[in-house]
Amino acid sequence: MANDIVSAARHEASPRLDDRSIALRRLVVRALDGGGRGHVGSSMSLIEIMRVLYDDILNYRADQPDWEERDRCILSKGHGCIAQYVMLAEKGFFPVEVLDTFCRRDSILGGHPEAEKIPGVEASTGALGHGLPIGVGRAMGLRMKGSKARVFVITGDGEINEGSVWEAALSAAKHRLSKLTVMIDYNKIQSAGPTAEILDLEPLADKWRAFRFAVAEVDGHDIGALRRVLQNLPVEADRPTAIICHTVKGKGLSFAENDPGWHHKSSIKKEVIAEMYGALEVL
Amino acid sequence: MRPTCVDKVFELAARDPRVAYIGSDLDPPLVKRMKQEMPGRAFMEGVSEQHVVGMSAGLAMEGFIPYVHTIATFITRRCYEQVAVDLCLHNLPVRLIGNGGGLVYAPLGPTHLAIEDIAIMRALPNMTVVAVCDADEMKRFMDQTLDWPGPIYIRLAKGFDPIVSRPELGFAIGKAIVMREAAGRDRVLLVSTGVATTRALDAATTLAAEGIECTVMHMHTIKPLDTEALLYHAASARLIVTIEEHTVVGGLGSAVVDTLIEHLPGALPSIKRLGIPDVFAHKYGSQDQLMELYGLQPPEIAQTVRDGLQRRRAA
Repeated sequence: MANDIVSAARHEASPRLDDRSIALRRLVVRALDGGGRGHVGSSMSLIEIMRVLYDDILNYRADQPDWEERDRCILSKGHGCIAQYVMLAEKGFFPVEVLDTFCRRDSILGGHPEAEKIPGVEASTGALGHGLPIGVGRAMGLRMKGSKARVFVITGDGEINEGSVWEAALSAAKHRLSKLTVMIDYNKIQSAGPTAEILDLEPLADKWRAFRFAVAEVDGHDIGALRRVLQNLPVEADRPTAIICHTVKGKGLSFAENDPGWHHKSSIKKEVIAEMYGALEVL
Repeated sequence: MRPTCVDKVFELAARDPRVAYIGSDLDPPLVKRMKQEMPGRAFMEGVSEQHVVGMSAGLAMEGFIPYVHTIATFITRRCYEQVAVDLCLHNLPVRLIGNGGGLVYAPLGPTHLAIEDIAIMRALPNMTVVAVCDADEMKRFMDQTLDWPGPIYIRLAKGFDPIVSRPELGFAIGKAIVMREAAGRDRVLLVSTGVATTRALDAATTLAAEGIECTVMHMHTIKPLDTEALLYHAASARLIVTIEEHTVVGGLGSAVVDTLIEHLPGALPSIKRLGIPDVFAHKYGSQDQLMELYGLQPPEIAQTVRDGLQRRRAA
């Protein structure tokens, strides 16, 4: 049955991207232009996930990033950081102009996020499989302190090849961390190719269920669907939640969608930047 | 040393609500004790070192001071990236307690021998590396771990090691302790860490009876190295021997040599590094037997000093 749900979610057409999603993607392109490089596909698939979190779900104060009662949002797939940078800039953690400095020598914004440098970044990530163990520790720490704050960990799909993710999943379930939610950006393409070929994750929902997570599956580009599941956490009392977000790698850039070649580009020329803006224009 | 270290964690937890304890899969009595003495702040998380270190980072980010405890090889090799990124990059006050550093698990073979733990931990920015010499020194050290900034790797020895430390010499993280000081100039300087210090002291006693005076410097903190004390004593030494229950690659001996080359150019005394050669141990037996095999027992240390002095005279 779980396979049927996965299959259905994969084949349903996502709603058309609205103006806000397009505008956020334009900011991603702005950062890519600033750095002349970046993880293109990995950032584009994350946009709606990060948008709904920062627009509708997370409690935070942009002018007080270490506010004790904030929800902790850990982008474990650190290579998708531009999607988070865009939201942090938009929400006022730092000026939008800082996006232009992406990857430059003295920038606070590197190719992977660093907590020490960037207001609003909870953990330095980039090496994969680190976010969920840290998230488990934070969720436990918050509970020990009697806090109501929640913890959200966003992983990639290739990322969950890492055994540390599943070690942490065992622990999260053991401790019944119902304030911990992991969101998997399941775009089905990792750096070297399709996840189904590199290291198949299916049946993915069943795996998380077997690890005693409550599981929800959504179209990761459907704002309404993301809101509905995130506004009704936890999915089951006394269990951590895994939300499998079915997404499209490179979403919004027609020429890059579902193409592993656009996972990361170490050099992006101005004409390619123009093509990206052009692709967003016609959506 | 191990029971003392764990006792101290419980004692620190009793007086400081920030202290948490995380084990992997240690002994059942410890689990029972955790539930009684540290309810809600002690966890036994199973054989999952990568997760355990990441989880400890998360706890530290929330203001706790986690003491993570498992076998030394597993807490260093298995989760090295987590130690580097989650603990050192974030500079978090997590304390890694490594059971059985060095050759303690001799009968269990090379998978269980932490012979390069000091080298790989010392290579990480922000990491502090400490190997005390006995249980009494462990007590004095552990009291200082509460408010030390950044991560600490604590290398435990076998336990029930002879007590050679002396309270009147005090203890401060990062400050070497001169356990025995030779009179006059032109001396031999023995620099040791962990339980190798016990062997160095015995060797120094033997050599003193032969008229060879040795200063024994106990370098319990390998990082940050007490450069000042080392240079002060090295400047008047004709021979320096470093002694460690650890590979000669990258450990105490390397740290000492690096420092001397940097600070005493052109005036280097003769130096000999005693440690495990660049091999995986190919024998079993006991810790003492392997230490003998690798020249780390008092008679071999004493002979190394005699040979070193003879070579120097011949030169």
